[in-house]
This record gives sequence, structure tokens and C-alpha cells, in this order.
Amino acid sequence: MDQKRRTFLKVAGISTLAGLGAATGVGRLIGGAESAMAAAEEAQVNASAQNGTGQNAACGDACINRYGMLIDARKFREDPTLGERVVLACHREHNVPNIPIKKDEIKWIWMTHYDNAFPEQANLYRDEVNAQFQLPILCNHCDNPPCVRVCPTQATFRNADGIVMMDYHRCIGCRFCMAGCPYGSRSFNWSDPRPYIDSADMNRDFPTRTRGVVEKCNFCDERIRKGLLPACVEACGDSKAMVFGNLNDPNSEIRQMLKQHHTVQRNPSLGTLPSVFYIV
Amino acid sequence: MYDRGKIIIGLVIFVLLVTIPVWYNRGTTRTAPELVKPTNANSCVLPVEEMRAKHMQLLNTWRDEVVRTSDNSSIVIEGKAYPKSLQLNCMECHTSKVNFCDKCHDYSSVRPYCWDCHIAPVE
Repeated sequence: MDQKRRTFLKVAGISTLAGLGAATGVGRLIGGAESAMAAAEEAQVNASAQNGTGQNAACGDACINRYGMLIDARKFREDPTLGERVVLACHREHNVPNIPIKKDEIKWIWMTHYDNAFPEQANLYRDEVNAQFQLPILCNHCDNPPCVRVCPTQATFRNADGIVMMDYHRCIGCRFCMAGCPYGSRSFNWSDPRPYIDSADMNRDFPTRTRGVVEKCNFCDERIRKGLLPACVEACGDSKAMVFGNLNDPNSEIRQMLKQHHTVQRNPSLGTLPSVFYIV
Repeated sequence: MYDRGKIIIGLVIFVLLVTIPVWYNRGTTRTAPELVKPTNANSCVLPVEEMRAKHMQLLNTWRDEVVRTSDNSSIVIEGKAYPKSLQLNCMECHTSKVNFCDKCHDYSSVRPYCWDCHIAPVE
């Protein structure tokens, strides 16, 4: 009996070892083939991206386009009504509700003082101009967006144009992105926004939002797709107070303007790499 | 079996309660809702049977393509382009939410949340 058990254990042990060894060997062979295929695919994707024909949906490090904006605060000082017109154009275009309760308000683009927009550049002895006038701020559509990193459902993501987008179907309203965004660019719908939208004045081609989702500026993705400029840029007319363009294209107007002027980004030390630049 | 009487009475009451919908609605028949068909078009993006069974999957696919992969190419059928949009395409022909969407959704007690955000046509 003892002898039999001994031989059984030996045989069982050896066959288990043999089985495990064979499994890992085969696994390594299959894995090797797969990784080789993946490398080939990756090379193809890179090649098509360089040709400018590829579509990178996930948009990790290499976005094909990176849309950006240059805001000339001097123009907003020259024309004090411009700011209001810009904000109104955006909020009307996107059915942004006008909620009178301050802590519930929804903002896509708004006017603020220099000290609030650029807290890192705070100065003990403020100049009169910046103390008096306001400049517009909006989502920076960062190259390294913290909101995208913290979103647990990937409701906020970067698209192939480098725009930080919201997918309201997926948003669960956890507000991690609001905690993650260092610019306060995001607003939460505490209640149904519909009652606060003027139904006579609303844009019937664009949806509203619902209770329990976070919303923000979408760089007028729906207009860019049609070949139009963002609503705020359009509201500025020919004043060049706001310039919109592709930062990845060295010949674009915005890149030329960035070359000619000294510009600043909001809170650059945070490493979010904003796509919105300011001439102050 | 202990307490046989109590258990059997309890079971009978339970069965009656559970089957309330069956015997309460016995004899009443409800006809399937009649839909008002669009007058400005003869065909949809898919055949009627497929639309009836799968319009929700189609809308989900469109949503994912347009929102997440920025693929807003139109669907071209017989030379006519249909954008992949509920608000900007479907409702162009089905101009009434009340007489089209709601008819079946109410009948089958389905409450999709499309219209929480998307704007229904003025009626």
C-alpha cells in the first residue's frame, strides 16, 4: 500500500511539473508571436499618423491635431463690452443655463480678474489696469489633463483633435474631475438645468444637460466639425481678441501669433500644459 | 407537517397576490399602438422590422461613433445623406415625439432618458 502511494506521488509530481513546463513554453511562444504582431500594428499606426490620415481615437500621447486658443486681454480692455458678448455667444450656443444661485451656477466661459486667473503671478503691488479689467477664462484643454486621468468611467477624454471632451451619457456625477481640474473649469448640474434655459432663445440643434452630470467648454467641437470657428472666437469678429487654431501645425495663425508675442499660460507649474494662451 | 392549515392558506394568499396582474387584467385586451408615419419620407435608414427591433442599438452605436471616436460621417442611402444623430436626423422625419416615440414607449412601459438632454421637436 505504502509503496503504491509513493509511486503514485512520484508520477503525479513529475507529470504536474512536465505539464506546467509545457504550458509556460507554449504560452511564451504564443505571447511572442502576439507581441510581434502588436509591434507591427503599432508601426503601421505611427506611419499613418505621420501621413496625417490616421485616426487615433484613444489619443494618448500623439494627437493628430491639438487645437488651442490665444486670448489677447488687451483687446478685452479696449472694448469692455466684448467680454459679455463672448460669454453670451457661448452660453446661448450650448444652452448653458443661467442659474441665479451662485453656488449652483454653470459656466463654460466667464470673465474674471487677473489675480484669479493667474494666482501664480500674484503681485503685492498690483498695476491699475489688471486690478480694474477682466479677462475671459475657459477650459484649457490641457495636453496633460488631470480631469481625464481621474475620471473613473472615461466620461471625459481627449479626442483626436486634442479637445478634452465630455460624454454625458457616461458621466456618473462623481465630480472627481472637478476636484482634479486646477482651473475650476467644470460645473456640476445640481438640478435639472432646463428650467433655467430660456426656451425661446435656446439652440435647438444642441442638447442641454441633465441633472447629475459635470459640464464644461467643449472648444465648440460640433462647430469645428462643420468647419466653423468656436462661438466665442466668432463673437470677437475681426478684432483678433481670440485666435483659434491647430497648435501642432507650425504654419497656423495661432502658432505665428505665439511666435510674435510673449504669452502666458495659467498655472504652468502644475504641468497640465494648457492649450489656451494669454497676452496680458 | 405542523401548522398545515396556516401554511396552505398563506401559500394561497401568496400565489393570489403574485398573480394579481394576470387575473386583474383578464378579459381586457389592449391593441398595439398605431404610429403616425412621416409624410416627407418613404424609407428609414434600416427596414421597418429592423428599426422596430434594434433602433436602440443603432442609436447607441451612432452615439459611440460620433461622441467617442469623432466619426460623424453620414450614412448615405440612395444618394441621400443621413447624419448620425437622433436630434438632427431622426426627428427631421419623425417630427412628433408624442405621436411617435412615446406611443410605443408608454405602451411597453419603457422610459429611455434620451430627452433628459436631447431637445424634442416643438409640438
